[in-house]
Amino acid sequence: MIIPLQVNGQQTQVDADPNTPLLWVLRDHLNLTGTKYGCGMALCGACTVHIDGAPTRSCSTRVTDTAGKLITTIEGLGSDNVGKAVQDAWIALDVPQCGYCQSGQIMSAAALLAANKNPNDADIDAAMTGVVCRCGTYNAIRAAIKRAAKALA
Amino acid sequence: MDTLGIVNLSRRDFLKAGAGLTLGLAAPSVFAQAGPGRAGGKAVAAGAFEPNAFVRIGTDSRVTVVVKHLEMGQGTYTGLPTLVAEELDADWGQVIVQPAPADASRYNNLFWGPAQGTGGSTAIANSWEQLRKAGATARAMLVAAAAQRWRVEPGAITVSRGTVLHKASGRKASFGQLAADAAKQLVPAEVKLKDPKSFVYIGKRVPRPDSRAKSTGTAIFTQDVKLPGMLTAVVAHPPRFGARVKSFDAAKAKAVKGVTDVVAIPQGVAVLAGDFWTAKSGRDALLIAWDETGAFKLGSAGILAEYQKLAATLGLSARRDGDVARALAGAAKTLEAAYEFPYLAHAAMEPMNCVVKLGANACEVWNGEQLQTVDQAAVASVVGLKPEQVSLNMLYAGGSFGRRANPRSDYLVEAAAIAKAINGRAPVKLVWTREDDMQAGYYRPLNYHVIKAGLDAQGRITAWHQRIVGQSILAGTAFESALVKNGIDVTSVEGASTLPYAIPNLGVELHSPKMGVPVQWWRSVGSTHTAFSTETFLDEIAAATGKDPYELRRTLLAKHLRHKGVLELAAQRAGWGKPLAQAAGAQRGRGIAVHESFNTFVAQVAEVTVVEGRLKVDRVVCAVDCGVAVNPSVIRAQMESGIAFGLTAALHGAITLKDGVVEQSNFHDYPPLRMNEMPRIDVHIVASSEKPSGVGEPATPVIAPAVANAVFAATGKRVRSLPIRL
Repeated sequence: MIIPLQVNGQQTQVDADPNTPLLWVLRDHLNLTGTKYGCGMALCGACTVHIDGAPTRSCSTRVTDTAGKLITTIEGLGSDNVGKAVQDAWIALDVPQCGYCQSGQIMSAAALLAANKNPNDADIDAAMTGVVCRCGTYNAIRAAIKRAAKALA
Repeated sequence: MDTLGIVNLSRRDFLKAGAGLTLGLAAPSVFAQAGPGRAGGKAVAAGAFEPNAFVRIGTDSRVTVVVKHLEMGQGTYTGLPTLVAEELDADWGQVIVQPAPADASRYNNLFWGPAQGTGGSTAIANSWEQLRKAGATARAMLVAAAAQRWRVEPGAITVSRGTVLHKASGRKASFGQLAADAAKQLVPAEVKLKDPKSFVYIGKRVPRPDSRAKSTGTAIFTQDVKLPGMLTAVVAHPPRFGARVKSFDAAKAKAVKGVTDVVAIPQGVAVLAGDFWTAKSGRDALLIAWDETGAFKLGSAGILAEYQKLAATLGLSARRDGDVARALAGAAKTLEAAYEFPYLAHAAMEPMNCVVKLGANACEVWNGEQLQTVDQAAVASVVGLKPEQVSLNMLYAGGSFGRRANPRSDYLVEAAAIAKAINGRAPVKLVWTREDDMQAGYYRPLNYHVIKAGLDAQGRITAWHQRIVGQSILAGTAFESALVKNGIDVTSVEGASTLPYAIPNLGVELHSPKMGVPVQWWRSVGSTHTAFSTETFLDEIAAATGKDPYELRRTLLAKHLRHKGVLELAAQRAGWGKPLAQAAGAQRGRGIAVHESFNTFVAQVAEVTVVEGRLKVDRVVCAVDCGVAVNPSVIRAQMESGIAFGLTAALHGAITLKDGVVEQSNFHDYPPLRMNEMPRIDVHIVASSEKPSGVGEPATPVIAPAVANAVFAATGKRVRSLPIRL
């Protein structure tokens, strides 16, 4: 089935089973491999993308349900000033270790800062607790979110 | 250094790379590998000097550092190039990293003899002199080239941040301007390494070269490899270890649009398609009958019961100081405790995967490659080639924690078997789902310990007897001959057999029962359980004898200055002995633990709060002595990382079996530590001039005993089984 999609500001279309999770359409059909597979059950957040601005687990979202919506992935995040500030903070503080979960972390952090310009620790916990990092970069992530918030203020 | 290109060595011809200075970097084809004394790099006089295969300087002044170790998060792509840049006096911004190919003749781990691989927190430690010499050699040849060109004494030339300068005349040149002439210089027989006082990078933070790629989604992991015509394979594995395929019906799998192949392999049944979702849909539609004749059918409770029986019998001696039996018999008081540790999965964020391209005379592999020499041989034997016909492309690993260094190359062998089953018709990417990854075995072994101590009338420890029961990780692997001595697998007892405390009569015994559950090293290996039992039992002794747990350790570590150093630093920075702020309705406490692993010394003080049986770790103060602190920022990150990993196991981690079937499958029933559970962590690094040792693992084993001891301080309850259940 041909499904039209709007990804990172570009109109595109894929030929896929409508039940295919958006994650695998991004990765295997559109070669946008920055979005990662970690659990397939919306338990780890590595696959987080923005759909109409909202952080969404692409592993558990059917591609057909995203038709007509604005999809942003880590590859397209840098064109947004909040997204860029988050990425800059991540780089400045050397947040990533293995790096595999960081696209999901950054997408979640950018969505948080887009909605809340000055998040406190409880806000950060609420927004980020769904995104797992086995390397334990959580304290660096917290610091980077605060740094990005300051840069955006 | 803000970008990091993953360069595929097998597709890049260094000899055509221009008139640059190449030190010992031979033709990259694995079919024409260089060995010591016969490297292909033109700067190396044939056989005259040990070639070094780590540095290349282009006419564009780019300094390429070839890194022989896997970057799995621990920072080796930062630490190893730092050693080269330091002695080369390069500017950090001109350095790029290139992963080494599989070639043990040049890229072996110097601590592992002739084998190439990453593990045991050895990357910095084994490379410390090798890479500094590589940098210093390149520097000396650049200086010689400049001296020749300017007709001045080499001693009058200085190098700083990538610029070669003759101060008296004001002449200067970049590395690139000198590269071609430097390549004509003789390789010096000896090079002088810097006085540590002149270090410009070592001991300071240099930024990680991989941060940008990992923050923009451009870093390439095995999961992201796409080759022309490549098929993705998803495999149905048996529900129990040791089971085999009896028969299968592929009709429904083949009916899934896009499925190209359904093949039986020794590991199960593989379904292939052009993309993951199609392959997985096909896999899920398979009907398979399993032959469970040889399957393992015990549950965790049954295994533990067997271990408890064994623990009542004499084991093989791993350490014997003095006369333990006599000292126990004559003790004024004895204490005894038993400890239970479950199987643990590594659960790296990137589930295991591997890409294999099989040709008639060559096999090319893409992998977060951690055990090159073993993996080359294993893949070769599956596909019927020689090990040197197997080339390995080392990509970033999305975590490993030991898992990608599988002594039996399990997932690589599986990928190779699939490529062979389709006769190499297409490159194959094997992708494990999270469930496959969690249920595939190769766990940290389940362990049972019993410790008995004898005390004299003054409360001094006169005897310590520890019996450990757990599967051997190394038995039956290529590592057995080196690391299993007189039946003792050192990785089963390390941390207990090396107990540093001054106890006159000390015995450690081991039982290594065989069980059908595949086991493997897991971040910090034997110390994952020995640090817990020894450090919590010592705490019990302190409580039983009315001593302060910190002071008791200090007394017993009088002759172990590096243990004592981190212990004192952690205690001091944590405010040990000062009252902890209490909160209404909450029980709060502090616990301390100290442990050495991989020659790195770590002490931690944990502060916890218990409210209505719910445990929260509030703060951890961590002191580490890893010798020269090459990059304090990376060291701090690895301490935090190790603590988070150990805390996950302490609070949540357990793989359990029921009738041989693994009960956990994903992050809902094998929960990782999350942001809201992460404690504040303060890391303090001991200033040291000792040779650097690793930091990837040693923080992990210390946190669970520190937290358990804090739980006792808060609640009076002893934790003798992990994960902690209050």
